[in-house]
Amino acid sequence: MDWWFFIEVFMGGLLSGVMYSLVALGFVLIFKASGVFNFAQGAMVLFAALTFVRLLEMGVPILVTTAITTGVMILLAIFIERVMLRPLVNQDLIILFMATIGLNYFIEGFAQLIWGSHVGVLDLGIDQYAAFEIGNALINKFDVWAALIAGGLVLVLSLFFRYTVIGRALRAVADDHQAALSVGIPLSTIWIYVWSTAGLVALVAGVVWGSKLGVQFAISTVALKAIPVLIIGGFTSVPGAIIGGLIVGCGEKLAEVYLGAYIGYGIENWFPYMLALIVLMIRPEGLFGEKIIERV
Amino acid sequence: MRVESKNKSSTKIEVLMDIKDISLSFGGLKALQDVSLQIQKGEILAIIGPNGAGKSSMLNVISGIYVPQKGEVEWKGKLRKKIAPHDIARMGIARTFQNIALFRGMTALENILTGRNILMKRNLFLEALYLGMGRKQEEEHRQKAEEIIDFLEIQSIRKTPVARLPYGLQKRVELGRALALEPELLLLDEPMAGMNVEEKEDMCRFILDVNEQFGTTIVLIEHDMGVVMDISDRVAVLDYGIKIADGTPDEVRSEQKVIDAYLGAG
Amino acid sequence: MIYRESGQFKTTYKTDQAILPIFQDRVAMALLMLFAFVVIPFIANDYWLSSILIPFLALSLAALGLNVLTGYAGQISLGTAAFMAVGAFAAYNLQVRVPEIPFLIAFIWGGLCSASIGILFGLPSLRIKGFYLAVATLAAQFFIEWLLTNFGWFTNYDSSGVITAPPMGILGFAIDNPLSKYLLVLTIVVLCAFAVRNLARSEIGRAWMAVRDMDIAAEAIGINLMKTKLIAFGVSSFLCGLAGALWAYIVLGTVEPQAFDILRSFEILFMVVIGGLGSVSGAFLGAGFMILLPILLNNLGSIITGSAISTETIAHIEFMIFGAFIIFFLIVEPNGLARLWQIAKEKLRLWPFPY
Repeated sequence: MDWWFFIEVFMGGLLSGVMYSLVALGFVLIFKASGVFNFAQGAMVLFAALTFVRLLEMGVPILVTTAITTGVMILLAIFIERVMLRPLVNQDLIILFMATIGLNYFIEGFAQLIWGSHVGVLDLGIDQYAAFEIGNALINKFDVWAALIAGGLVLVLSLFFRYTVIGRALRAVADDHQAALSVGIPLSTIWIYVWSTAGLVALVAGVVWGSKLGVQFAISTVALKAIPVLIIGGFTSVPGAIIGGLIVGCGEKLAEVYLGAYIGYGIENWFPYMLALIVLMIRPEGLFGEKIIERV
Repeated sequence: MRVESKNKSSTKIEVLMDIKDISLSFGGLKALQDVSLQIQKGEILAIIGPNGAGKSSMLNVISGIYVPQKGEVEWKGKLRKKIAPHDIARMGIARTFQNIALFRGMTALENILTGRNILMKRNLFLEALYLGMGRKQEEEHRQKAEEIIDFLEIQSIRKTPVARLPYGLQKRVELGRALALEPELLLLDEPMAGMNVEEKEDMCRFILDVNEQFGTTIVLIEHDMGVVMDISDRVAVLDYGIKIADGTPDEVRSEQKVIDAYLGAG
Repeated sequence: MIYRESGQFKTTYKTDQAILPIFQDRVAMALLMLFAFVVIPFIANDYWLSSILIPFLALSLAALGLNVLTGYAGQISLGTAAFMAVGAFAAYNLQVRVPEIPFLIAFIWGGLCSASIGILFGLPSLRIKGFYLAVATLAAQFFIEWLLTNFGWFTNYDSSGVITAPPMGILGFAIDNPLSKYLLVLTIVVLCAFAVRNLARSEIGRAWMAVRDMDIAAEAIGINLMKTKLIAFGVSSFLCGLAGALWAYIVLGTVEPQAFDILRSFEILFMVVIGGLGSVSGAFLGAGFMILLPILLNNLGSIITGSAISTETIAHIEFMIFGAFIIFFLIVEPNGLARLWQIAKEKLRLWPFPY
């Protein structure tokens, strides 16, 4: 058993798991605050990445690009809240979920319509292929950067939730809409904040993913994997999103490499979902999620 | 509000359900403690008590959804062990819910017809072709459902989607759906909640009619004392999970413990 | 369709329970059947038959299947295409290994295999609900796609990884031209539609809807949730499997597992939502919408710009319109086109009076 190879695969998995976590993070934010499962998070990531990369291609300097894309994502968030979320505010989760699938399609079509669908190369100045050498294992440098960025983002968000007024308001809304309303917290505004934050996270995720994979349509399909991440980690937990992402990333890479040798490759296409299924059967609320109690 | 109720002087008292010394807790919370209660066949029994007294828990133990940690429940003389929720109806126990639990995607008639499901046989093939038994049982049970609709005087709204019905009529449809099961024991969870005087009179009349005409034993949770005193044969009073009184309405209303529980002793 | 229904009082419950109690509706249905079976063969050309009507019918059947599961029983599924794939590949494999079997039997076999797989992946529905269940179906979708792609046995070790449908014939008549194929598909789909309609108004249909609307209350009236859900998965997957077999044999002729990918699953989900959850006509309306819209856009595009717009752009606009319509229908009328049509009929019933 080649342990260095194992470590290499394991670390690679962890780091790609970080990418999943980034996308899952956006989901958790929105779900916590509004109970909406935003299936369109993947599309938002794509949209952010596309906007970013096209602006760069047009020669806009990187800081301005970041500012503009941020603004665009916030506008998108407001648009989504107003047009889709409000009218559906009392509906079943399933209806909301299907609406976000529709939103996903819309954003994808829109993004590619205005920005074109050719693959965008996103060069952040970080060498894709450089690697650290630890023993005999090669750890990709870019992945480490991505992990650091994700970690930093989580830290910032955690601080934000804990120590700012808006952050506390968001947590109140997540806990109990009615109670939050009754102490004067304006729900609509909150949701705009939430979706904007999710949009920002989508931007970061989009830039990171885009640098690694190239900005293309496939991003949103890959983002579909965030669903198992959420199921494993729990829908309402930020640490859950992180750990879930790591588990999924690791799990699928290890399965692909080790199991794949026996039963054929392409396992990573379905492995996360099967894993999620097993978790659902054993512990439906995920590792860190809250138990849902139904009352009649 | 005076409603005629039948004087039940039966020579033989048959016990339908015997609840012996049950205790029920949720985690650290003791919902019911050492409660014993007998439900007599053919009676109307009311369970009353202040808020949080454990009335809903009691109803759920009677129906079989909750299994008490301590004590036994006997149904028709036999010890009843844990049963799957969907088998409760087949045992002969039906219930209505506090917050109306109608099927909102269906009409009143369809809701009541769905109540007939346990009395219907399943044959997917014949149902898909709507032939033979598939068709025959549809027509038979439609007939039965219509009898209930006539009984509850809701003919005019039978084809209305229940979501569009006013609250009082929804409660009536829910009662109809429970009756469709042809139950021996009918559990009503606050059947008068949210009703005005007229609607309450109607509901009381229906409850009494169900009891008299079909012989159904009825247990209800109710807050309106007027209703309770008028239509019940017996009343059980719960307070903080303990049964503090059990007897005819007149006996119970003059018990000091009951008065204290409602007015707050000391 | 402005007709008065007054004066049609049913005197027995039997006549009230008929599948189309209103006389004019029966006439309309008869005319529709006449049109579909007799008129179309005369007026439709091969292009219309092969590229529009047959795919429309096959996808309607898949939508019908999904409607049983999601519309009636309330169990959301994102794995419709995978169940279609099972039907297609199972039918193919049976015929390849036992060539004497008539293709219709192979179709039914495909449906049954799909039903079994459907029930298997439906087992989680006993513990998890609604949207979480969708994840289980996603697992089915990706797993089955991988299985069929990776193991050559399923494609009989074909070098391109595809299956090619064997020729079909009934009692010596070859079914090899668009017209005969159309009539075959039409017959199968119409029969299935009536079957579903009948199931929906029988005890199983009510059990499904009860589970969908409030499962706790359904249990309280004696409905066995497990059996009801699994039957829904079984019936739904059977229909999807049958649709998959039709898709492979008749629409495409040669098919690879990727034809049944997640995008196809979404496509059918969209049909069901737009057409109307929980109605038979909804499946057809939704399928019609999704099939005709691209054609409409294409033609509109060339009219407006004078030249053909690139297929890519059309695809993007399609995506946007589909997405927008989904959201629109979910907000305005979750029961889709079918309900809108019903409302229109009701309004016309009273026209010109508003009440």
